[in-house]
Amino acid sequence: MSLLLTPFLIRAALAGLGVALATAPLGVFVVWRRMAYFGDAISHGALLGVALALAAQLPLLWGVLPVTVALALGVAGLAGRGVAIDTGLGVVAHGALALGLVAASFTPGLRGDLMAWLIGDILAVGPGDLAALWLGGAGIWALIAWRWPALLLSSIDADLAVASGINPRRERLILMLALALVVALALKIVGALLISALLIIPAAAARPWARSPERMVALALILGALSALGGLGVSVLADSPAAPTIVSVAVAIFALSHMAGALRGGRG
Amino acid sequence: MNVLEITDLRVDLGGRPVLHDVDLTVAAGEIVTIVGPNGSGKSTLLRTVIGAVRPVAGTIWRKPGLRLGYVPQKLALEPTLPLNVRRFLDLPRRVNDADAAHALAKAGAAGLERRQIAALSGGQVQRVLLARALLNRPELLLLDEATQGLDQPAAANFYRRIEEVRAELGCAVLMVSHELHVVMAASDRVICLNGHVCCAGRPEQVADAPEYQALFGTGTGGALALYRHEHGHSHDEAGEVCQ
Repeated sequence: MSLLLTPFLIRAALAGLGVALATAPLGVFVVWRRMAYFGDAISHGALLGVALALAAQLPLLWGVLPVTVALALGVAGLAGRGVAIDTGLGVVAHGALALGLVAASFTPGLRGDLMAWLIGDILAVGPGDLAALWLGGAGIWALIAWRWPALLLSSIDADLAVASGINPRRERLILMLALALVVALALKIVGALLISALLIIPAAAARPWARSPERMVALALILGALSALGGLGVSVLADSPAAPTIVSVAVAIFALSHMAGALRGGRG
Repeated sequence: MNVLEITDLRVDLGGRPVLHDVDLTVAAGEIVTIVGPNGSGKSTLLRTVIGAVRPVAGTIWRKPGLRLGYVPQKLALEPTLPLNVRRFLDLPRRVNDADAAHALAKAGAAGLERRQIAALSGGQVQRVLLARALLNRPELLLLDEATQGLDQPAAANFYRRIEEVRAELGCAVLMVSHELHVVMAASDRVICLNGHVCCAGRPEQVADAPEYQALFGTGTGGALALYRHEHGHSHDEAGEVCQ
């Protein structure tokens, strides 16, 4: 059990909790607004940013953030058009992933540990990564708290928001940019392929037990944190990769939550 | 004094013209009903007035600082979003419990505070939307096919409620009706829209004629009236005006 208290495991636990913190207030909007594909498009493109950072010998965040922000602006523009949005996002999400993989094969520093960028490496997280993650997570909470009524009303009905003097396009852009930031911050920890999972699954698991939007955020945070710590524990005991184990635990929580919710609903 | 003046309005949706040459003014405290066939641009007109659609040409003048209340045709709430009526009324600005209860009572939705929006019937959602619109103390209330899906006694009931609201708040009402010929009796003006303004006039009172009462059912209490269209033109199949 002394293994559980080693500094790198404590850092890994703090990283997992940090990801749960940063994803909870955005994940609910991804679920409410059916933006799963947007998350995919932005996070898959992050791989391209890693290749860029390594090729230009820039700090990781300086390579990744511009790419995720550019993708966020691009998909926000696509959403504004409203035509064949599924197909357009599918092209961007998979195109970005394919392009990132090709770029990675030409980047010497990336070819070797490509897997770490696809599924993350929570045990390699350093104090600097942790500081950026927690600061970024706090920033996202502040941003969402500030915009909360406008974001919520825009998500319920865009026309009602307009009639109340809110610009739903601006609110969507704010969400997209916050997603770009979360993806860039969580990339090293959970990898390009699994960030979307941690946005969607804890929020979806929270749904059967939430009676208000605020409680759904709080529950998503709690379930995300449980998934992170539980998954990390299982991965240490079973010697399995951390991020996929965390996502697997989140899926198990989601299944249990909905089964229990259905049973309760059936009784009532 | 006018609260809304629309001049030479032209609106395109997806590159297709939906409204053209529309002129419309609404005076303070006036009730204006818009009728017209499906696809005639009625909802688009309301959406343009609130600012959700940008016109291609023409102007929309609103009285400076005009307080709007907008009731959309329906609310497509995602089932993944947990939201009760009371919380919904707090968006975007928090209101106190007494004001919320008063608005719900005026809209005919008293006591629904703790109910989840997703669990309400279509008619209940309409009344909650009306209550939310009233909380803004509107000077112009915009209603989009608010009586769709209601039977005639229920529609008459809803219209009487709107009359009470107008009497209490003194607000103007611009409403879209899904019925071509049966409108709210208290309408000061009826406007028939089909891409452009086809004709306008006052509704005819029908409450006393027994044959109409048979047609409208009983219990509507004179809240419904007939609108007789007097078009100086007709439309061909493509919707173009024929002389």
